[in-house]
Amino acid sequence: MARNTINSLGTADLRTKKTNKWAEARRQPFLLISSALLLIYGIIFYYVPVLGWITAFQDYKPAKGFLKSQWVGFAKFQKLFENKTFYLAFRNTLAMGVINLVFHFLTAIAFALILNEVRVMFAKKFVQTISYMPHFLSWIIVTAIVRDILSADGIVNEFLMNVCGNKMPIDFFAVKGYFWWIVAAANVWKETGWNAIIYLAAITAIDPALYEAADMDGATRFQKVWYITLPSLRPTIMILLLINIGNVLNAGFELQYILGNDVISDVSKILDVFILDWGISQFDFSLGTAAGIFKSVIALILVCLGNWTAKRTGDERLF
Amino acid sequence: MKKKYGAGDIAFEVFLVIFLIVFVMVTLYPVINTLAISFNDGFDTITHRIHFIPHQWTTDNYKAVFAKEGYRQAAIVTVARTVIGTLLSLVVNSILAYVISRKKFLFKKSFSLFWVITMYVNGGLIPTYIVFQKLHLTNSFWVYVIPGAVSAFNMLVIRNFMNGIPDSLEESAQIDGAGYFKIFVSIISPLCKPVYATITLFVAVYHWNAWFDAMIYNKMHDEYTVLQYELMKQLQTAMKSAGSVEGLKNSGTTITPTSIRAAATIVTMVPILFIYPFLQRYFVTGLTIGGVKE
Repeated sequence: MARNTINSLGTADLRTKKTNKWAEARRQPFLLISSALLLIYGIIFYYVPVLGWITAFQDYKPAKGFLKSQWVGFAKFQKLFENKTFYLAFRNTLAMGVINLVFHFLTAIAFALILNEVRVMFAKKFVQTISYMPHFLSWIIVTAIVRDILSADGIVNEFLMNVCGNKMPIDFFAVKGYFWWIVAAANVWKETGWNAIIYLAAITAIDPALYEAADMDGATRFQKVWYITLPSLRPTIMILLLINIGNVLNAGFELQYILGNDVISDVSKILDVFILDWGISQFDFSLGTAAGIFKSVIALILVCLGNWTAKRTGDERLF
Repeated sequence: MKKKYGAGDIAFEVFLVIFLIVFVMVTLYPVINTLAISFNDGFDTITHRIHFIPHQWTTDNYKAVFAKEGYRQAAIVTVARTVIGTLLSLVVNSILAYVISRKKFLFKKSFSLFWVITMYVNGGLIPTYIVFQKLHLTNSFWVYVIPGAVSAFNMLVIRNFMNGIPDSLEESAQIDGAGYFKIFVSIISPLCKPVYATITLFVAVYHWNAWFDAMIYNKMHDEYTVLQYELMKQLQTAMKSAGSVEGLKNSGTTITPTSIRAAATIVTMVPILFIYPFLQRYFVTGLTIGGVKE
């Protein structure tokens, strides 16, 4: 320790900053070599694909490649914005994203608050462990579950016919009005327990003295939740909202891709499916890329907007 | 001191109990139902409603799943990508997090920014596809494990954990003559076991559940298929032929697509369902340090 201090003082006095840097570089070959390799990796797998955005301004033909494909300026974007399906896909993505976001927060916070009121430790632990389970199941499995539950002989129709007196089973995947809410319900089923983890952790960090003081004043259980627990969670809620606003356009994929059919495609088709349709199936790589760029730019604007709002309101910022 | 309970408190407790029971039922029902169908005779499932318990026990559905060439191959590939992908991810993400969290690293700021940007900007499906094709990653096993190996999010989770380790440990090791590699292997990594466990779980679950890359990059190569993709193909067939139950009744086989799908689903679920409860304490801490940035 002592030698280190003397050393750094000495070098600061005697040498320029530049030679200091060289000396430091000599001491960290592992850091420099591994970062160089990771830099190359990052450029290849994260930055070069972004360069691929130029295909959106070309009439890209795989046989000709980036260099020889014909430049078309904004023609592909023009074609995109004239496409009615694209508007529907954008609207559907946004709608499902927003619905999911709202339900994500409402259910996670409510579940955390309710679970926190359970005083029997065994029951609390058991329910919490069960609640994480769906998060680990793949979306393929969840999609299969949704399909089975809502099918003509599924449990939902059984319930509606036996308890609510419906005469005929409802074909849930043939009615446009249901689809967004089916997606929302599937998300709630899968992620509520998982999303609540962070709130439950934040709740344990609340100063117990606050609750004791509230007890002295004769606060009811509900009042303690409303006036102590919930306000204490505000910073956590804000930062998570911030992170998730940038994800609003990632409204899931499997449910829409597998359960969407021709009858309800007006409400079920999302941007990712649109891109897949055009890019991979119809081989119009440029149009698919243009749609991808549109999605990326909107997402970036949302992230910056969220960040700016948080800065204005004085909450934590993301970057 | 014992508190007195009013009518409101009792009503609240009743509400709690009912809520918890309903919650657990709703969460577990689909899984138990699938399990029951997977152990029930396929033909019998069509005529009887199966809820919690099989009506006519059989293990034929499982035998049928394992007899299928596609599923056997998919299981091998899935295990391989999960093991190789997770190990690779853990090594590269921990090295990256270590490099970025060193206070004296010369390019600390710019290199951090380089990776944070990748969280917000990406090429998108089609440019990525073209790049992978040019790199000859399509139609190969390696497309599963190499491109996703480094993830800025996982790196940040590890970095946040490493930032919490006191600098004095590194300094005293340096005085003893240890280089950065030695410090990483013998001082920092042993302390990072909890966060490594978290990342292992996250990445392993990702690999186990992935299917999209199999469909996009290896569609024509059945030797690289994965379990989830096989399930997905079955599900798509089921969606298309929803009304053909009658045809099945006449075909004479007792194994229906529904029952075989249920068995395949259970096979795919089981490894994860057995592992995650034991890793609970790790992912809870991992999520907390990762989500709340200081």
